[in-house]
Amino acid sequence: MTALLEVEDLRVAYGKIEAVKGISFKVDAGEVVTLIGTNGAGKTTTLRTLSGLLKPVGGQIRFEGKPLNGVPAHRIVSLGLAHSPEGRHIFPRMTIEENLLLGAFLRRDAAGIQKDVRKAYDLFPILGERRRQAAGTLSGGEQQMLAMGRALMSQPKLLMLDEPSMGLSPIMMQKIMSTITELRATGTTILLVEQNAQAALSLADQGHVMETGRVVLSGTGRDLLHDESVRKAYLGED
Amino acid sequence: MHELPQQLANGLILGSMYGLIAIGYTMVYGIVQLINFAHGEIFMTGGFGALTTWLALPDGTSIWLALPLMLVGGVLTAVLIAMAAERFAYRPLRGAPRLAPLITAIGLSIALQQAVWSWYPNAKDARTFPQIPGGPISLTSSLSIQRADLFLLVAAPLSMVVLGTFVRKTRTGRAMQATAQDPDTAKLMGINTDRIIVVAFALGAAFAAVAAVAHGLRYGQVDYQMGFIAGLKAFTAAVLGGIGNIYGAMLGGLVLGVAEALATAYISDVPGMHQLGGGSWADVWAFVLLIVVLLVRPQGLLGERVADRA
Repeated sequence: MTALLEVEDLRVAYGKIEAVKGISFKVDAGEVVTLIGTNGAGKTTTLRTLSGLLKPVGGQIRFEGKPLNGVPAHRIVSLGLAHSPEGRHIFPRMTIEENLLLGAFLRRDAAGIQKDVRKAYDLFPILGERRRQAAGTLSGGEQQMLAMGRALMSQPKLLMLDEPSMGLSPIMMQKIMSTITELRATGTTILLVEQNAQAALSLADQGHVMETGRVVLSGTGRDLLHDESVRKAYLGED
Repeated sequence: MHELPQQLANGLILGSMYGLIAIGYTMVYGIVQLINFAHGEIFMTGGFGALTTWLALPDGTSIWLALPLMLVGGVLTAVLIAMAAERFAYRPLRGAPRLAPLITAIGLSIALQQAVWSWYPNAKDARTFPQIPGGPISLTSSLSIQRADLFLLVAAPLSMVVLGTFVRKTRTGRAMQATAQDPDTAKLMGINTDRIIVVAFALGAAFAAVAAVAHGLRYGQVDYQMGFIAGLKAFTAAVLGGIGNIYGAMLGGLVLGVAEALATAYISDVPGMHQLGGGSWADVWAFVLLIVVLLVRPQGLLGERVADRA
């Protein structure tokens, strides 16, 4: 069986500066895979390249066996890749419901869309209570829920989450992480980028540690969680 | 002569025209943060497109039959030129420093003027535009409206309703809002933002062409330079109303038109200012108003603070 997503020797540069220097990993259907690492390791650059916002300078990306290189960003979501970007990027002057509906922009099945809007409200009841409110008025955690709900509205085969816990209170972070666990239980395939290594590794099947544009360590979530160098570098232990 | 209701009516009519042109500035700015300084010339080509349509019709065609056709001709001309400008002048510069497209816009504006001047038959002087026959319509003893202006009084509100509904209710309209608020994230939703940019240019050009037909009917002529001052006033209106906001564009146009009409009529009554009245000072008052608004409320009447984009 081929992997859902295969990344091979991917290289991405901003001008002359290479931010991602040849990384390879794969995501199998049903898995949660996490990329962890410090600021500037190239995690966000990797996700933005996968969703077509950045053009790679080298390497291969294959989704369901088909190459993604050169496919424009607005086509990639229709292939089944949804991206909840770093910093949430909800549409601030639109209502919560309008934001969710934009997540389903390419879908034409009105009944199915309505059903998925209700599913998003079941997953995040607070969004349902505030459906007519401008999204810019939500708290950071609520905006994160909206960004995740919006990404799910495209019925993705692979959900990419960039730093979902960034800037959230511990309680809100727990809520987001338990939602990811819930999504995983329903069989959603997730590529999770996190600075919070502890949280990410404890729910991931596979993990890759990135440092300055390279994958320096790979393993199962459990193995990495107990790896001494990971514990020292990312979990704040001596 | 200087009755207040008449001056207000004149101001609102003029303002509706500014507002229609201003929509194009504000929509393009809202989506690509570009001040399309060639928009005044797009407006001008709309006028010439309508004139060409009129000239192509058999002699003696009734103006009422011709007007819808002239609108179609003007709108098509302006839309095609705006789309070509977007494709060949602005799109290659996307991602370039902001100054580059701005200079391109100014160059394009000169190029379009000169192209009409050189190649349109007899366009070195103003060309006569068809008229709506009949004298002014008297509403009251002190208020009368030119027949030509009735067209604007219908077209401007109608255009706003159509545009507002389009932006709020249609799929493309919602995609436009999303692109204006966050272009990269709009792409992640599957929105082809390149196409949305073309739609913004085309819609702006269409409304400008409607304004150009109104302008032709009102002044009885079109000329290759008509886009300069009209474009500048409409740009002022867009900034006045809050650039990026389509309702702001129309409101800014109306405020500007009324302010201009009132200033022209009444400033000379202020002691010591008798030299500053009259039509030749109208443009001065329009830009004084712009300066005052920029000082007091830089985001414009309906504009949002820029900070919340971050």
